[in-house]
Amino acid sequence: MRLAVREAMLAFRRSPLLSALSVTTIAFSLLAFGLFSLVALNIRSALRSVEERVEVRAFLVDNTPVDSIAGLMEELSKRPEVQRVEYIDAEQALVRARAELGEFKDVFEAGFLPASLDIRMREGFRDPAAVQQVVEQVRLLPFVEEVRYGADWIEKLHRIRNIATATGVVLGIAFAAVAIIIISASIRMTVLARAREISIMRLVGATDAFVRRPFLVDGFVKGVLGGLLALLLTWLARTVVSKSFLEVDFFPPSIAMLGVAAGALLGTMVSSVSVRRHLSRLK
Amino acid sequence: MIRFANVYKEYPRTGLALNDVSFLVNRGEFVFLTGPSGAGKSTILKMIYMDEFPSRGALWVGSTKSPDIKRSAIPQVRRKLGVVFQDFRLLEDRTIEQNVAFALEVVDTPSDKIGTKVSRLLTRVGLASKATNYPRELSGGEQQRVAIARALVNDPFVLIADEPTGNLDDRATRGVFQLLKDINASGTAVVMATHNLELVRRNEYRVLEVNRGQLVFDSGDASVKVEATP
Repeated sequence: MRLAVREAMLAFRRSPLLSALSVTTIAFSLLAFGLFSLVALNIRSALRSVEERVEVRAFLVDNTPVDSIAGLMEELSKRPEVQRVEYIDAEQALVRARAELGEFKDVFEAGFLPASLDIRMREGFRDPAAVQQVVEQVRLLPFVEEVRYGADWIEKLHRIRNIATATGVVLGIAFAAVAIIIISASIRMTVLARAREISIMRLVGATDAFVRRPFLVDGFVKGVLGGLLALLLTWLARTVVSKSFLEVDFFPPSIAMLGVAAGALLGTMVSSVSVRRHLSRLK
Repeated sequence: MIRFANVYKEYPRTGLALNDVSFLVNRGEFVFLTGPSGAGKSTILKMIYMDEFPSRGALWVGSTKSPDIKRSAIPQVRRKLGVVFQDFRLLEDRTIEQNVAFALEVVDTPSDKIGTKVSRLLTRVGLASKATNYPRELSGGEQQRVAIARALVNDPFVLIADEPTGNLDDRATRGVFQLLKDINASGTAVVMATHNLELVRRNEYRVLEVNRGQLVFDSGDASVKVEATP
């Protein structure tokens, strides 16, 4: 192992530019992934806090019979996606509106606001599709005047999150592909530069695994360095955004470590495959 | 201990390189392998160190049979052989002792044993005083001695030498050849391919001559007719 590490370091020293390029491309592939994951992560936590407040409010026609209201409440309560249904009569609505609007509380007069059913969604059903289903059930009833819910922006947030995730994956894969090509080229150059050593190693009885080992160490080290660099860059980007725009969450340590591990895995696997290929061409 | 039995080697583009070659090299023997360029000498040597495999027929190196050997078992066979070449094949960016130590490290020799073994080997080939020199600072003959020291790291039972004196002047040739004789005298078999007929004539070792892929002469005649079975 000592020899493998020494030989790997020798490869770094012999072609520092190519090694740096390998590290940088690994870093960029993970950075693309990391940045968009960070966006997705923050949208997700924003969504969660928004979703907690997801509520469907069905305003009722004045003088709706109590039976109809009770019937609807019971029906709605049976739905798995509904957590709780609450009847707010006109008076309560006024109290609430005054409390919510503070200094404008005097603009409302008694009887100005309609009674409503406030429907809270159960956790896990606060996405646009589930909300829409409940809305559809309520909207067409004759005694329901209007249904309000924050549909537009819930949908928008969901869409942004999905786009961020998909963009991260696509860009990450694209950069990973570039990283694979560059690592493979760098290994090919190292293999060719070390052809004589490799032939001597084989001649004196080195096993194939032994010959490959320095290259695996090389790939592993490049991967870890690339992962750390990506982590640093992501953290810097997050710090800049946090300072100048809005407070942004960062990955928990376990996920950050996972990113570095992904770099190590990428480096080692690409090295392993390309060293096998290039060594088999070498007599 | 090295036995060729009706070995053929055919290359897709260049055709038959070895044509029904059979011979036996005994333990501790010194054998010259002669013949014109392209006759098949190097192919025979490559088969011994398992860099090439017969298209037909079989050969045994010790108890290992080619071509039946698994790829993963080849390193173990090579650890029982030493190989030297006309062009020395030293690592230019390492000192003489590092070149020899490298071969020891490759076969996982414990690091505390490497130092003593290297200096013992360099003493044996007469280069102890040049341990920290680089190959380019040595004469051709000295470089070949380093290559021989490296070939001896695993205490091989046979030393394979492919034109070891091909790049050397007379004086260096004599020195290197004397070293090979000494190694043989201590019990290691030597199979040496050479163009140097003068050297062959002056030493009464067994001669195998190949021409156009066929074994055309064997001074130890009896072993030409080796049975095909082990």
